[in-house]
Amino acid sequence: MGAAPKSRDATSYGIGLTAPLALFFAVFFVAPLLQLFWLSLHNDTAGLQWGIGQYLHFLADPFSLGVLGSTLLLGVEVTAVCLLLGFPIAWLYHRVGPRLQTIIILIVLLPLLTSVVVRTFAWIVILGRQGIINATLQSLGLIDAPLKLLYTQFGVVIALAQVQMPLMVLPLITALSRIDSNLDDASCSLGAGSWRTFRRIVLPLSLPGIIAGCTLTYAAAITAFITQSLIGGGQMLFMPMYLYQQASTLQNWPFAAAISIIFLLAVLAVVSIFTALGRMSRAYGGA
Amino acid sequence: MPGRKRTWEAISFELVMTASALVALVLIVAPSLVIMIVSFTSGFSLKFPPPGYSLRWYVELANAWQLHFAARNSLVVAFWSTALSILLGVAAALAIARSRTLSARLLDSLFMSPLVLPALAFGLAALMLFSLVGLPVSPLTLVIGHTVVCVPYVVRNTVAALAQLEPTLLESSAVLGASQVYTFRRIVLPLIRPGVIAGAFIAFMSSFDNVPVSLFLRDAATDMLPIRMWQDLEGKLDVTIAALSSVLIIATVALVTVMERVSGLSRRLTS
Repeated sequence: MGAAPKSRDATSYGIGLTAPLALFFAVFFVAPLLQLFWLSLHNDTAGLQWGIGQYLHFLADPFSLGVLGSTLLLGVEVTAVCLLLGFPIAWLYHRVGPRLQTIIILIVLLPLLTSVVVRTFAWIVILGRQGIINATLQSLGLIDAPLKLLYTQFGVVIALAQVQMPLMVLPLITALSRIDSNLDDASCSLGAGSWRTFRRIVLPLSLPGIIAGCTLTYAAAITAFITQSLIGGGQMLFMPMYLYQQASTLQNWPFAAAISIIFLLAVLAVVSIFTALGRMSRAYGGA
Repeated sequence: MPGRKRTWEAISFELVMTASALVALVLIVAPSLVIMIVSFTSGFSLKFPPPGYSLRWYVELANAWQLHFAARNSLVVAFWSTALSILLGVAAALAIARSRTLSARLLDSLFMSPLVLPALAFGLAALMLFSLVGLPVSPLTLVIGHTVVCVPYVVRNTVAALAQLEPTLLESSAVLGASQVYTFRRIVLPLIRPGVIAGAFIAFMSSFDNVPVSLFLRDAATDMLPIRMWQDLEGKLDVTIAALSSVLIIATVALVTVMERVSGLSRRLTS
């Protein structure tokens, strides 16, 4: 549906309309990030002595590298859980009538629009020592003492998966709706079973949606400051809290800036890998 | 489905998928329900199920002036950030929606980038810039910071609405002698309005809920609700926060229902 060139003047607006927002972004988004980068290239907290000392400090410090590693790993785990649970929702969405479809969408949408603090708080109530899971298991006589669920990796992953689920499900629903249902029927009538049809037809054709969902979920999960700090507690440190501690509590701005830049680059690297995969999968789907 | 055999193999597939989907949907809904039930507890802890039921924590909430103060700040900042996002975002969307030029693509990526970049890094960067130019943190710095992270929602939804616009409508309007401004006011704007409203709604909600940017750009005088709640929860697990959470959940459900009527929110987010 490309706009016809002959009617340019009527159907398209001049690029000049982007000027206000572009200017706003230049001053309040690009400039701060450049300044952040500039400050990260200083060895002292006053920002007088040039050098890459902050980066060397981070990269030579096993503790800092551990924080980075566990943050990236956390993202992988959350994304995997979201994909495993999100795909069936998207699949079910295309099996039910329009009324149920709206209900499913609203259920999926709700967490996206509810405050993150509220959603995370709910998980504290569920996972706590007196929470539902422990109360149920104890009343069933399955455990004697309450399990430690809060302040564990398991707790953080489950809570983050719920918090970020909409980001996975929405692109999946879009991707599945673009698959020609005749392909599904054809595969079945040619003798492939449901599982095989799913694995060989539905899954590959929904790859663009899977990749879009994974990108959004991953980026959101590793930067989810509130959920990480409230469910993870003091013992588990991830990049956002590390950054915040260095900047706010310790007032070590150059090091905090270096952490930000490293974190930014890590996120960008993951997003570009996913984008490249997405381009490949679209080429595959279109072929 | 005609011609498809209901084999055990097919049934097992349907069963596994439906069961997983239901588990996932319960997982999504359960936390909100749990918190609403706990907020009516008569006890002092977040024990579930509660030992008894009462409205005492809602009475507490009605008297919690610190939370009221933070909520008012959050609403004001969200309002102005949304207004600024609409103003800047819709104008930019009009220019980049139908353009295939490289500069339009690049600007589009730039305007979308706050969605994937760690907002905490941006919050710190913005604080550094403001302190460098000597601008103290205030509602103004909060509105600026929030607008950067909220404007992508307005741009994206407006671009999507513009993409569905029939070009022939605009051409006919031009052929019939209408000016571009007139066409915009009488044809483009009414048709893209639901998209703009949906984007503005998401921008408003994400500003109201923003933590990473507010964390650096606020102080005691400009306390923001999500941060007040977070700090209260870090200190002690206060049931008043559960009552406030229930109020926020109900308000969100009500707003989403209204927005679904006004702008077809669910269709917009899945197409």
